[in-house]
Amino acid sequence: MTERFHMPSLGADMEAGTLIEWTRQPGERLAKGDTIAVIETQKGAIEVEVFHDAIMGRPLIAIGDRVPVGAPMAELEPLEGAASPSPSAPPAATGAQSAGGRAAPRGSAHRPEPAAAAPPRSATPAAASAAARPRHRASPAARRLAQRRGLDLAALTGSGPEGAITLADLEAAEARAGQPQPAPARRPSGGKADLAAMRQAIAAAMSRSKREIPHYYLAHDIDFTAAAAWLERRNGERSPGQRLLSGVLFIKAVALTLQAFPELNGFHRAGRFEPADAIHVGCAIAIRGGGLVAPAIHDADRQDLDALMARLRDLVARVRSGGLKASELSDPTVTVSSLGERGVDRLYGIIYPPQVAIVGFGTPRTRPWVVGDAVRPRTLVTATLAADHRHSDGHRGALFLAGLAAHLQAPEAL
Amino acid sequence: MSGETIQITYREAVRAAIREALDRDPRVFLMGEDVGRYGGCYAVSQGLYDDYGPARIRDTPLSECGFTGAGIGAALGGMWPIVEIMTVNFSLLALDQIVNNAATIRHMSGGQFHVPVVIRMATGAGKQLAAQHSHSLETWYAHVPGLKVAAPATLEDARGMLWTALTDPDPVILFEHVMLYNRAGTLAADASAVPITGAAVRRAGTDVSLITYGGCLFKTLEAAAQLAAADIAAEVIDLRSLRPLDDATLMASVAKTHRAVIIDEGWRSGSLAAEVSARIMEQAFWELDAPVGRVCSAEVPIPYPKHLEDAAVPQVPAIVAAAKATLGQ
Amino acid sequence: MTTHPLSREAILAIALEALTRVAPDLADESIAPDADLREDYDLDSMDFLNWVAALHERLGVDIPELDYPKLATLGAAADYLLQARAPE
Repeated sequence: MTERFHMPSLGADMEAGTLIEWTRQPGERLAKGDTIAVIETQKGAIEVEVFHDAIMGRPLIAIGDRVPVGAPMAELEPLEGAASPSPSAPPAATGAQSAGGRAAPRGSAHRPEPAAAAPPRSATPAAASAAARPRHRASPAARRLAQRRGLDLAALTGSGPEGAITLADLEAAEARAGQPQPAPARRPSGGKADLAAMRQAIAAAMSRSKREIPHYYLAHDIDFTAAAAWLERRNGERSPGQRLLSGVLFIKAVALTLQAFPELNGFHRAGRFEPADAIHVGCAIAIRGGGLVAPAIHDADRQDLDALMARLRDLVARVRSGGLKASELSDPTVTVSSLGERGVDRLYGIIYPPQVAIVGFGTPRTRPWVVGDAVRPRTLVTATLAADHRHSDGHRGALFLAGLAAHLQAPEAL
Repeated sequence: MSGETIQITYREAVRAAIREALDRDPRVFLMGEDVGRYGGCYAVSQGLYDDYGPARIRDTPLSECGFTGAGIGAALGGMWPIVEIMTVNFSLLALDQIVNNAATIRHMSGGQFHVPVVIRMATGAGKQLAAQHSHSLETWYAHVPGLKVAAPATLEDARGMLWTALTDPDPVILFEHVMLYNRAGTLAADASAVPITGAAVRRAGTDVSLITYGGCLFKTLEAAAQLAAADIAAEVIDLRSLRPLDDATLMASVAKTHRAVIIDEGWRSGSLAAEVSARIMEQAFWELDAPVGRVCSAEVPIPYPKHLEDAAVPQVPAIVAAAKATLGQ
Repeated sequence: MTTHPLSREAILAIALEALTRVAPDLADESIAPDADLREDYDLDSMDFLNWVAALHERLGVDIPELDYPKLATLGAAADYLLQARAPE
């Protein structure tokens, strides 16, 4: 059954989007996660993705149209032989069901069995027509490596059997990622965010946050000396393209600490707390001239520092030049905001709804600090937590910051 | 090891193994159709009748069920019989004895009785003997618990597996591919018993694992040589044992190469290749960088005409193509 | 490694080009050689690191973290890189 693709919501502050470009044409087969369109929002040009496999159908709006969140943008046709994934859709009639007289299971999404056993595959598996090929085939080994390294398969082109992404493709991509990346071409329609519109969006989201979320704030001075020394030593052994920023340590430490604090990682929706089943850290990235955006690094707790650095580098590049994906804006389960080297001592964040916590890091500085009986110069960083008091209390928040401090004492384990 | 080698054929290696067994242990005897005066339909036992006499080299009536059953009975009675069945195609007449008796008695007797019989069978196509003499049904036996099934492909295995099989308390089936009998090569003069379990890496490589056994081994090695010329380092694994399968060796290879093609002269449906492929999927799925490939026989009764027989069974170009397909080439 | 000799002007041009690649939003700015990149143009840690990495890649000069302050402006960076590439 034909269904419709709607203008997605990329955050509590988004009201509408303007269609800039269709990236797929009617009749093309779409795999889950494929970008089908680019929309202009208050956060700039964003690529929007489909949520399941389908065939691109008839467009319902034209380029340049501005439509509210939830408005239909295009039709999506089901894949041949598969029932529509919409729960309300009746299962498509198939030979197996009519011939066997078997009642289709009721209720949720159902994939009917093929009418007859598939014929044995020919020795050359490339029998499927190129047109019916989903875009992002990847081998199991490539998927595992991509997950471990935090690489985005959707961004790669495959060279393997039937165009699948293979280990070799990932290795080539990693080699490229290790190099300074050439700046992506700027979108002709202007990938840069409209700063005035972004200002409005931030205003709306932050006002709502301050109006609705009972924040509590905690701050904790963390001895960063060991971690800073470790980072300096490690970076000293590496060429600039391989070096890490301290912000990456913060992201990883927060993600690891959150594993034990599910009440800080998730969403406030419909009056209830919805814990997230993964830790996707939104990384606040300032835009020169004003404004900021906080796209997600997915599964940040399960990636090593090099992978996180590569992801952060990629996100910053795309914030600068356009090309963020819709899922990157809608997926964060928590936010980390780090002031970097030219900031001040501490930052008290405002929670980005519907998230329930934001962790801030001030600029690491050398300060007097009591070690044993003596006052010593140590590198300190102040971590802050702003959290939603409806779902957690100061005691748990304090334990979280203490846990964070502990993780930062053992940088080699991050 | 003395370091001395001899020139020998596969047929002669099997014969030498039978001689050694007959000499080493008085419980050993050979029985089967035309194994005595005629010297065996593939001439494996040529000369043995003259040297060992009719009590130890026994011609049998044309009744696979009867003489295989007699061999199993002799094994239960304390002998170490070597039963030769002309081809696996005829062994179907003895399936009841092998599957219902040989394979089960140790288990059904609570371990009181062993069946140390060894059943040798020729298998495979290539001699223009048509469908009723040419099929590769190894997998039917490899399906049955209670049996050990091995496929010696090299001279070392042809020479060394028989004694180990005889000393095994369980029934062992040895498959000798008909196209191997005339293969000649060098063998250590003092070659002796080798294990009947465990796979062997016959050629090391890093790009794709070519997994095979029996008559397809040398075609696969030839394919690997051609692949090497195209800069593809194929690893060739000889299963040797079809039951039990050596999962560890297979998975270690796939973990290294991330690609696998199985070459099996059996028909694709329900084949050993299917079993190996399924195990790779179960145990090494996340190592795979390409779908597992298979090169099997065409799903037809093996034809008589030479060109059709050749077309029906796995050949080097198909193996090369399947290996390249796993690399997206 | 033999380094192809480059003039200070050439290095300056390469440094500017690398900068606008890592910060394409600065492409339309005219950046004075003595302007402080981080203070005046809001180059953040990631931009700066990407720029250093690009300079390392293009010019073969190893740039330890301790020397980062010596690359505060385009002009200072050109002087630093020129000296680092000079034959011993």
